[in-house]
Amino acid sequence: MPLQSQYGKMIAAEEYVDEKLKCHHCEDLCRQEHIVYDGKHFCCTGCKTVYELFQTDDLRELYESRNKANPHLAGKYDFLENEEIRNKLLRFRSEKHNIIQLSLPDIHCSSCVYVLENLSDFHSGVIQAQVNFLKRTAEVHYNPQVIKLPELAGLLSSMGYPPQFNMDEAEDKRRSSGSSGLALKIGVAAFCFGNIMLLSFPEYLGIDESMDDSFKTFFAYLNVVLVLPVIFYSGKGYFQSAYKGLKRRFINIDVPIALGIVALFGRSLYEIVSQTGAGYLDSLGGLIFFLLIGKWFQSKTYDNLSFERDYKSYFPLAATRIEQGITTAIPIAELKPGDEVMVRNQEIIPADAILLSDQANIDYSFVTGEEKAVVVKGGEQLYAGGRQVGERIVVRITRPSSQSYLTSLWNNQAFKDTDDLGTEEITNKISKYFTAIILSIAFVAGLVWYFIDPAGMWQVIAAILIVACPCALALSAPFTNGHTLRIFGRNKLYLKNAYATEKMVAVDTIVFDKTGTLTESSEGKVLFAGDPLSEKEAGWVRKLVENSVHPISQKIRKSLRADTEFVITEFSEVPGNGLCGRVDGHVLRLGKAEFTGANHEGKAGRVYLSIDGQQRGYFETNNRYREGLKALVDQLTGYKLAVLSGDNDHERAYLQTIFPRGTEMYFRQQPQDKLNHIKELQQRGHKVMMLGDGLNDAGALKQSNVGIAVSEDASSFSPACDGILEGNQLKHLAKYMDYARYGRKIVIASFIISFLYNVVGLSFAVAGALTPIFAAILMPLSSISVVGFTTLTSNFFARKKHL
Amino acid sequence: MSVIFVLIIVSMVVAGGFLALFIWANKSGQFDDTVTPSMRMLFDDKKKRGTENTSQQAEATHHNRDD
Repeated sequence: MPLQSQYGKMIAAEEYVDEKLKCHHCEDLCRQEHIVYDGKHFCCTGCKTVYELFQTDDLRELYESRNKANPHLAGKYDFLENEEIRNKLLRFRSEKHNIIQLSLPDIHCSSCVYVLENLSDFHSGVIQAQVNFLKRTAEVHYNPQVIKLPELAGLLSSMGYPPQFNMDEAEDKRRSSGSSGLALKIGVAAFCFGNIMLLSFPEYLGIDESMDDSFKTFFAYLNVVLVLPVIFYSGKGYFQSAYKGLKRRFINIDVPIALGIVALFGRSLYEIVSQTGAGYLDSLGGLIFFLLIGKWFQSKTYDNLSFERDYKSYFPLAATRIEQGITTAIPIAELKPGDEVMVRNQEIIPADAILLSDQANIDYSFVTGEEKAVVVKGGEQLYAGGRQVGERIVVRITRPSSQSYLTSLWNNQAFKDTDDLGTEEITNKISKYFTAIILSIAFVAGLVWYFIDPAGMWQVIAAILIVACPCALALSAPFTNGHTLRIFGRNKLYLKNAYATEKMVAVDTIVFDKTGTLTESSEGKVLFAGDPLSEKEAGWVRKLVENSVHPISQKIRKSLRADTEFVITEFSEVPGNGLCGRVDGHVLRLGKAEFTGANHEGKAGRVYLSIDGQQRGYFETNNRYREGLKALVDQLTGYKLAVLSGDNDHERAYLQTIFPRGTEMYFRQQPQDKLNHIKELQQRGHKVMMLGDGLNDAGALKQSNVGIAVSEDASSFSPACDGILEGNQLKHLAKYMDYARYGRKIVIASFIISFLYNVVGLSFAVAGALTPIFAAILMPLSSISVVGFTTLTSNFFARKKHL
Repeated sequence: MSVIFVLIIVSMVVAGGFLALFIWANKSGQFDDTVTPSMRMLFDDKKKRGTENTSQQAEATHHNRDD
């Protein structure tokens, strides 16, 4: 394997990705962390399993051998035996047939789908499995008399797809998707609209003069029947929204739309019943159809992402309670103060507790942003959300989970305010002026007509309301924002909804978290400095670190990819110093410089390696600042910047070289402090964008006007936010902000276009010369030209900005 | 010409049938996942499993929809 790189002697793990290494099975590009088996590279366990399947014919035999190889899974899923938890999780249960929806985040490619859907070949207790690739879930049908749920979870885990169970998903398992409702509405509207157009054709072509009167009435009444579902089913959302807005004394864009719908329908009904005309039912159907299309276009959703998570998604479902020497799994909500709970390696402390064991090594990085694991002595306080790294410990609960220090943050007001009116949306801001103008024009024109020709008054008023119905106006923002949403999505900024793009425009202050946001997260790169390790040597080191649960060992293990088919003997871990062992007959020492036998002082953050007494170099594990940070800060000239970090201030000096003079920097910030800082900035009149990553930022993300969660992998856990940004794209933040501003300009330009159409339409309406066919042409024409304009300009600016 | 009345009603019924099909397809979740089936169709068919399971499945799916 060629290990020479552009960094000279430094071998970055990422280099492997640069080589465009392809998976042996599916030929997808491999990620930094992937699997080496049989001397071949695989992107995921699914591909490796399929490869193995090709080697062995009998699938069952394969599973048996794998199961034996994974003894440490025992006990991990015992909590699934608990009746209450199981009831929450199962979608259907009977004596011989249970159905469960499992979240399997490790699903990665089509091979995974293949392996999982053939789960029944791995165990006779599995009846059927069906994967949803986008959501990374599988619906498994199994026979509880043959395979128990913990066994099933263990089976999946041993196959490389550990199922994820958390309180959040257990609670909303029956949630139905909202977009299918919209699709139905569009379907119904399209059906009715199409048929109404068809039945209006004789009128368009002017052949209705020669037609029998009975046809005319028949067509007209059929149209009335067809338009009813459009109004009362497809269009009911506009009435509801308009009513909700008016009740709270707020005129949103749906008010003039509802007004237009009523005017169109009333006028048409009058014409048909009085046999004076055919009405505008085709325009009405088209109006609602186009509006719904606009709604659909901006409702781009990311199935595999969740923007509403709170601590419940991070916490496990159950804890292991010890009572008189017997361990039982109980749901977290049932934990009472005084309960003794066992926390295994890599498990999360479920509630605030006192440590009963002698010593614990707790990693609070996700909760507090502090990078280093904390050593806690027996009798000291532990906080919920910390992760035990090392041997299992026993703790005594002091407070219920829902009232623990961390979770109390979610009781803050910021998490209770839900604004569904959209008062800040640009379309709604304009709509109150728009509605006022339209109503006054209608009033004045009606008054004038009253004196000229009282009979024509109502006709003119109805015509004005019809033609002014803001179809094109209401489509401008949804289409522009929908485009922006998609273009951001292509560039790995996933926004929750279209409204978030509008909020981005208003931002004048950007606040960064440090750990995991400005720096790469703890799973970041590990660099090796020294003569490049041969593949064999890398395998030795990997084998050595596999035996240690220390976070740094795990980091090094993840950075190395090599076969580890070696025998290790004489392994020992000296706390605070390092690891040593004999791998494949060679003595490896890894750790502090003195520990490896070097005659110089080592530097902090470096892990030295010696093989057979020879110094080989060191691993650099310090979290590094992301690339392009300085350039990004320089581009963000128009914004006030700030840094809020949960970590201590040892990096203040370095940060001051990056950020402009006078940038506010706060260190040792608790989650609540961060939230308060954002609130304070807002009280000073700033619109704040917060970028953060962990639970410690959750309050600040929620309080801020735009909360962006920065994540190495968008589908991994991130707290509730308005958008998720992939970490390596942070350097493009300035571009995204610029593009959001272009979006605003595009919306305004298309408003102007639709106003021009309205002026033309209104002049005809005021003159009393609005014919149905004119309305039927004007409305789609204005809508289509606005949609075309936003599409063209959005893509033009995206290309200009290289997005 | 009065045959047009009949024709239009027949055409409405036919078109309404397709609308009903669309509504059914939507409600039965056929559009919920549009990606996985595209992968699934590329896998080779395997020999069918016992009929006992299939009948149970149908029963279970039925129950599932009820609740």
